[in-house]
Amino acid sequence: MPAADGRTPARRAAPTPCEAKPFMLRFIIRRSLQMIPTLLAVVLIIFVIFSVVPGSFISSLMAEGRNVMNAEVLAHLNEQFGLDKPLPVRLWDYLWGLAHFDLGISYRTREPVWNVIEPRLWPSIKLALTAMAFAAAVGIPLGFLAALKPGSVFDTGTMMLAVSGLSVPEFWLGLLLMYVFALQLGLLPSFGYQPGSIRHIILPAIALGVSPMALLARTTRAGVLDVMNADFVRTARAKGLSEPRLVRAHVTRNVLVLVLTTLGLQIGSLMGQAIVIEKLFSWPGIGSLLVDSVATRDIPVVQGTVIVIVLWFLVINMLVDVAYAAIDPRIKVT
Amino acid sequence: MRLRFNFTLGLLLALLVIVAAISAGWLAPYDPVMDADLMNSEMPPSWEHWLGTDGQGRDVFSRVLFGARVSLTVGLVSQLINSCIGTALGVSAGYFGGWWDDLVNGLTNVMLAIPSLVFALAIMAVLGPGLPSLLIALGLTNWSWTCRIARSSTLSLKSQGFVQAAKTAGFGDTNIMRTQILPNILGPVLVIATLGIGGAVLAEAALSFLGVGIRPPQPSWGNMLTDARELIRTAPWASVFPGLAIFATVLGFNLLGDGLRDMLDPHMRTRRT
Repeated sequence: MPAADGRTPARRAAPTPCEAKPFMLRFIIRRSLQMIPTLLAVVLIIFVIFSVVPGSFISSLMAEGRNVMNAEVLAHLNEQFGLDKPLPVRLWDYLWGLAHFDLGISYRTREPVWNVIEPRLWPSIKLALTAMAFAAAVGIPLGFLAALKPGSVFDTGTMMLAVSGLSVPEFWLGLLLMYVFALQLGLLPSFGYQPGSIRHIILPAIALGVSPMALLARTTRAGVLDVMNADFVRTARAKGLSEPRLVRAHVTRNVLVLVLTTLGLQIGSLMGQAIVIEKLFSWPGIGSLLVDSVATRDIPVVQGTVIVIVLWFLVINMLVDVAYAAIDPRIKVT
Repeated sequence: MRLRFNFTLGLLLALLVIVAAISAGWLAPYDPVMDADLMNSEMPPSWEHWLGTDGQGRDVFSRVLFGARVSLTVGLVSQLINSCIGTALGVSAGYFGGWWDDLVNGLTNVMLAIPSLVFALAIMAVLGPGLPSLLIALGLTNWSWTCRIARSSTLSLKSQGFVQAAKTAGFGDTNIMRTQILPNILGPVLVIATLGIGGAVLAEAALSFLGVGIRPPQPSWGNMLTDARELIRTAPWASVFPGLAIFATVLGFNLLGDGLRDMLDPHMRTRRT
């Protein structure tokens, strides 16, 4: 590099935000492409699992006995849903449809699967985010305060609470909350969903949020303790920084990355975890749709919901990775 | 000190469940299925029925005891299957590397992307309800963490002197994996399995609650809650006790797992104290 152009090499080496951007964009694109093989494998596994089922939806209609169809109708139904074709052809058709954002037709309602899933998305996302907000608002401060006085009664109590939160069956907790706050005290509705109603979301969100809350409290505590023992904190203490400033300036920032990662990953898996809570509270989300479709053997809808749940997990994971790379300059973004 | 207390509490709770499961036949004052007495349904806890009776007049205490059998069987057997699959895949992937490693890694990522409860629900839908299906569904869907730990531990062990020495001495690959690597990774695998038992008990309860796990009348803590849910206004005890049983069991195995981890990982212990 010629020194004559007046720029020092050091200045060149440090990328300005402008220079960093294309890297970031390339990282996001590359990371998105990485999701495709995983998603394909998930589709393959789910497709194969449901293709080895001995009975199809149509044979279950027959088996109920009240509904004896003649051969012509049966053949017509098989043809309509493509069930007369061999498995590889059906798989190919499904993947081809998927590439065009077509998830197939529901056996039960004869609607496109996407039309069945789409109205369920927002309630599910809303529940997951509310549960996570509760978990973060309670779990992070608890973990933080516990770590500032390790071994104290508060610390022990918080950690006991955390391990209990990870051990309690969510739907049982939901049932108890329902009993106390809805049936006994009459403060909140016991189940159901109304768009825009805050009162309906409180109980399911708390029941769903307890286990991520416990996890966040533990992670935050472990992270703070780790940072507190780090060399740079000892140095800061040695040079006479007051304890509150130390916590604010050094600890908080360094723990933030860890906490945000845990938070993000939990949001990603919460949609899958929510199925029992959604069922218990009659919440019209993806989870209750999955359970109902499994019960009625509506295989295209089951496949569609599983794909949506997995996609949510993968997309949130990608966003966490991107945020991670953006927050922490030590991560290489190539 | 706290650590010992937690570990002891976990051990006690786990032992309590094991004793309940083994001796349910002797301890239970009533038959969990046959002794239905509609005249005495929804009775609150009393001297005859310690934990009350459910909607069909069956003794909740006896049913909780027999439910321990289901939960414990599912927890232990499914975690045994998971540990075997995860260890076999992880060790071989770390040891051989190459395309096999890539394949196992890819598979692990796929398994991590499908929430295990969703995956188990799908498998249960195919296999139908019942204990054998539960063991398969939960045994096949939760090995990814074991696999990851086994793989990374194998990778770091592979380059160490004693493994290299065994190689030079002419030991076969299978022999090295069995005698040199496996004993060194059993600790972390045991920790994950212990923590996984709690997860499997929760998953069994959730699946049975949803009606795809253990079918009534056979008692399982999950399906007891399904029935009790309808009666929560009039007979809350029928909901409280099966749930408490799940909670105590999972708490026990979680504390046990945490304690084991702290004992096996000195780094963690210094950080805690």
